[in-house]
Amino acid sequence: MLHRRSALSVALSHAVLICVGILFALPFYWLVSTAVKPDEQVLAMPPVWIPRPVRWDNFPRALQYVPFLQYTLNTLKICLLTVVGTVLSCSLVAYSLARIKWRGRNLVFLSLLAVMILPGQVTMVPTFTIFKSLHWIGTILPLIVPSFFGNAFFIFLLRQFYMTIPGELSDAARMDGCSEGAILMRVIMPLAKPALATVGLFTFIGAWNDFLGPLLYLNDEAQYTLSIGLQRFVSQHGAEWSMLMAASTVMTLPIVVIFFFAQRTFIQGVTLTGIKG
Amino acid sequence: MTTEHGTGGTVGTNGIHESHLSHRRPSCQARRDLRNGLLFAAPWLIGFTVFIAYPIAASLYFSFCEYDAIRGPKWVGLDNYRTMLLEDDLFWKSLWNTLDMVAFGLPVGLVASLGIALLLNQRLRGMAFYRTLYYLPSITPIVATSILWLWLLNPQIGLINVLLQKLGVANVPGWLTDPAWSKPALILMGLWGAGGGMVIYLAALQDVPEALMEAALLDGAGALQRFRHVTLPMLSPVILFNLVMGLIGSFQYFTQAYVMTGGGPQDSTVFYALHLFNRAFLDFRMGYASAMAWALFLITLACTALVLRSSARWVYYAGEGA
Repeated sequence: MLHRRSALSVALSHAVLICVGILFALPFYWLVSTAVKPDEQVLAMPPVWIPRPVRWDNFPRALQYVPFLQYTLNTLKICLLTVVGTVLSCSLVAYSLARIKWRGRNLVFLSLLAVMILPGQVTMVPTFTIFKSLHWIGTILPLIVPSFFGNAFFIFLLRQFYMTIPGELSDAARMDGCSEGAILMRVIMPLAKPALATVGLFTFIGAWNDFLGPLLYLNDEAQYTLSIGLQRFVSQHGAEWSMLMAASTVMTLPIVVIFFFAQRTFIQGVTLTGIKG
Repeated sequence: MTTEHGTGGTVGTNGIHESHLSHRRPSCQARRDLRNGLLFAAPWLIGFTVFIAYPIAASLYFSFCEYDAIRGPKWVGLDNYRTMLLEDDLFWKSLWNTLDMVAFGLPVGLVASLGIALLLNQRLRGMAFYRTLYYLPSITPIVATSILWLWLLNPQIGLINVLLQKLGVANVPGWLTDPAWSKPALILMGLWGAGGGMVIYLAALQDVPEALMEAALLDGAGALQRFRHVTLPMLSPVILFNLVMGLIGSFQYFTQAYVMTGGGPQDSTVFYALHLFNRAFLDFRMGYASAMAWALFLITLACTALVLRSSARWVYYAGEGA
């Protein structure tokens, strides 16, 4: 804007931003502060705002209650494999839809859009029976294998991005004798790094946060992910709030860390996934 | 480009070569493109067949069957649908609960996201910090969020009621223990995650042409008028996007209810997806659950269609001219 804002209006804006900010921050503060409170301060009335002493050993205690380290490793394994599968498969399919002209590709593109509005509940039961007949229930395969067959939303996102890469670049590579696969690997994917990073990031977070999948397919505690492990922890130790908060902090922290390192990718992702398609 | 390349099967820009080979090349090129196209799209084509197309067909078939996933499905005609509509009170209760969330939770969330986005779309110092803070709750794992809010919403010792009492509220709500307050409690928790929709609005707000704002300002439009006649129309496509996505999401509301309330108190948080899940994987009435899934699909589709149809009247696309 050309006009300058008065000092008063700037101050007012800051005041509102800070007040709303406190509302958003307060649950986080309560999460972490409860996690490090001595037991007798957790239920104290009036509430104790600053834990004294800070009981850091609540974290190792929580880790002893439940094999959270194991859960974290399990979750990481699933997340990484899902990211690899999703990025690979979506990249291939997006290339086909964006850069190769073939009869039927519009139909395939429509199938992506249709799947995006299809409620997961419609396919839930038969998908479960497929994995059951493969004897995959109780393994992590149902959580990983589907990611190697593409995800409608991310294929759509990558297709939109691949379309914006100038055709001359792949034509030049083609004239140099590159196959389509080489063009994808050497020309398109390096140029699409931000979009691929977005897909990887969102897939990772989606898999990290996924609850329904592990709920349906994992029944052995040794394979539990954080989300299902934490939910089981609640149903068993309902009122041990400092333990629960310590465990929830452990689950949340990696996401916060990732966010701080990949903020730009997040924001790009939102603009990409949007609306601009 | 050298002439030798013309026969090499490249898509030439050389007019002579194109006309020269046109009778043969397109079909050859087209065939190769078809082969490559199918090859690269193969993961999705297989995935779509196995994980989408077959399950859709199977689920439609199961919906007319009695099926417990142990013995094979047994055809029962319209029984599942009849039970659902005429005998299962919990079906109607769950549908009602879900519509309640769609009618109240969804608009409240949309307005909150928009409000926060407007707040953050100012040029002030420290904005990056505020944006981060407002956005973080929306990517916090749902299970962790649910457990945290279970604690915050505890009627006796939870932080929210403690603060309300400090503010002088005498009769604090029972939140998740009171059927009248359980859904507002979940909506409140949802507001904490309003930052997810906020980012989308924010991206759109930054695309509102400055010239348009300047023009409105020169015409003497006040802040409210500028919002009403410039910002809102420019944002309307994004509002539509968030509305449709929110609608689809609200009909599938599941994890929070499963983790926090299990459907209680007095079935006030038995949402459609929770009821469906319990019938399928608690009672192993897979046929009945499939019938419910199809009903859900039709309801979602009808609501989405309604919204899209209405959008012609309130969504403004800048690209389409006046």
